[in-house]
Amino acid sequence: MTELRGVGIGLGVAQGPVARMAEPLPAPGDAPSTLSAEEETSRVRAAVAGVARELEQRGAQAGGAAQDVLEAQAMMAEDPSLEAEIDTRIGAGKTAEFAVHDAFATFRDTLTAMGGYLGERAADLDDVAQRVIARLRGVSAPGVPDPGHPFVLVAKDLAPADTALLDLDKVLALVTTEGGPTSHTAILAREKSIVAVVGAVAATGLVEGEMVIVDAAAGVVTTQPTSEERERAHNRAADRASAASAPITPGALADGTAVPLLANLGKPEGAVEAVALGAEGVGLFRTEFLFLSANQAPTVEQQRASYTQLLAAFPGKKVVVRVLDAGADKPLAFLNDAHEENPALGLRGIRALRASEDILREQLTALADADAATDADLWVMAPMVATVEESDYFTAIARDYGIKTAGVMVEVPSSALLADRILSGTDFASIGTNDLTQYTLAADRLLGSVAAFQDPWHPAVLRLIREVGDAGRMHGKPVGICGEAAADPLLAVVLVGLGATSLSMAPTALADVRASLLQHSLDDARVIAEAALAANDAASAREAARAAATTQASAGAVAAS
Amino acid sequence: MPPITRTVRIGSAHGLHARPAKMFAQAAKDSGIPVTIAKDAGSPVNAASILGVIALGIEQGDYVTLTADGDSAETTLDRLSELLSTDHDAE
Repeated sequence: MTELRGVGIGLGVAQGPVARMAEPLPAPGDAPSTLSAEEETSRVRAAVAGVARELEQRGAQAGGAAQDVLEAQAMMAEDPSLEAEIDTRIGAGKTAEFAVHDAFATFRDTLTAMGGYLGERAADLDDVAQRVIARLRGVSAPGVPDPGHPFVLVAKDLAPADTALLDLDKVLALVTTEGGPTSHTAILAREKSIVAVVGAVAATGLVEGEMVIVDAAAGVVTTQPTSEERERAHNRAADRASAASAPITPGALADGTAVPLLANLGKPEGAVEAVALGAEGVGLFRTEFLFLSANQAPTVEQQRASYTQLLAAFPGKKVVVRVLDAGADKPLAFLNDAHEENPALGLRGIRALRASEDILREQLTALADADAATDADLWVMAPMVATVEESDYFTAIARDYGIKTAGVMVEVPSSALLADRILSGTDFASIGTNDLTQYTLAADRLLGSVAAFQDPWHPAVLRLIREVGDAGRMHGKPVGICGEAAADPLLAVVLVGLGATSLSMAPTALADVRASLLQHSLDDARVIAEAALAANDAASAREAARAAATTQASAGAVAAS
Repeated sequence: MPPITRTVRIGSAHGLHARPAKMFAQAAKDSGIPVTIAKDAGSPVNAASILGVIALGIEQGDYVTLTADGDSAETTLDRLSELLSTDHDAE
């Protein structure tokens, strides 16, 4: 077996034979046209109109978000600026094919140079160009294959026109060699819950018909899988399918130990979906949205209205609000406008709030008001706490404002190592695994070249989490997890084994984690966590936990029979 | 009648790409009169050109200047200004 790495979308796994998307048409050569400019122009007009009408028709069939994208593509085909560029080239004696190819390429390069979202729209434009050229040549446009059986679709990147017509009953998984987490393929995969790994560069080597396992949770495509690997993938897929249709129950282990499953939210509007997916409260409410679009801090009244809206959606339930976490990747001019060489190590989180204490005081005022006006159980925590002194400072100031439950986020190794002392003076800890991983492994989480270090399975990270879990047990205080780690179904079990008492995640991950917890008792979880802790690196920790989980599950089955 | 111009602040949270750009270019095209759009002091592009509009890279809060020429210039600019100042992504 060989593993090809990319970015996984979602947590699913699937397997099947590869079907490759037809390769793009070869670029037209720059030979002089043998037709008159008028003849070439009328060929282009007919081809462009034909493609535009076809895209509109596909849009009407697809409906929803896809229709907007396809209609935008139809407009691109008939774009007047593009038409002028094409006409100029035809006027200079070029063929219709070359004129189309070259004019589209000019616009494509502009979009690519702008990068980001616009760069990814370049694929939309390429697709339109291919369709127009195919029509000029009288050949069929490159598109989705139809091998007559279910398949794993392998493509460079999918254009909206392809994704709209994809027969989802036939597509087992998507693998792309280009495109990132905001590409059309990724958006489609998320929207339709299709297993996908995008940006797997090495997938260009996959051949038609070969069997692969696509594991979105791990971001890996496995070629020539062993029968054991195939069986494991099959079981995981079956577990997921039953998890998705399982009734929504409060988060708990197989032995009944309660592990509340909470939602991470960034805006009050997300509350409705979170409740529908079974969130038992909110484990992390980020307040940055109130501040990021503003040049100055929002007023107490504006904040109070937002917090009240959020708390009102969770009567009788726990809602953990994090006070403003600015700095590093979320700069706010009015908090800190000094240039920093290493913003992740700079004036951020609670440090920045202390430097502008009026902002913290206003936020606590608005939170206390919202708490008084609603029936939710409000907890408030401070981000980026690095010392016991900072923890005590925040807890005291929060209490001054009448916040009943005040705690801190553990994201810095120093506060994990001294969690026993931190928890003796505050009400709870919530571990932010993304930052904890970045600081433990000294790898900037925003830097692609060191992205491989950003893996919360690393035993050094797990050992720090255990420190916090042990401290929580010793003091009888809650230890939550609110990083992406909690959304990984197996890692969730490990985290509980390390002492986490609640897990908070993106609401879409709740069903998978709920099902995973139900398979293991607290004793199992501790054994699985020990296995992961004993490993030397992230990959072997994951493997060791998987092996331990399988053993524990079968032992449990024997004991039950 | 001389061309008329108007300056508008962009309301769409995702700026003027994707769906808002499509709606805007379509409306400009449907007006049947020449309309241009310019970002800040940049050079104007054909507002009916979705590619031209997208390539301006307009974000929420940016100011753009619309210019229309023709009998229906006033009503066209009313309609286009309203499109631009609305946050379509919030619908």
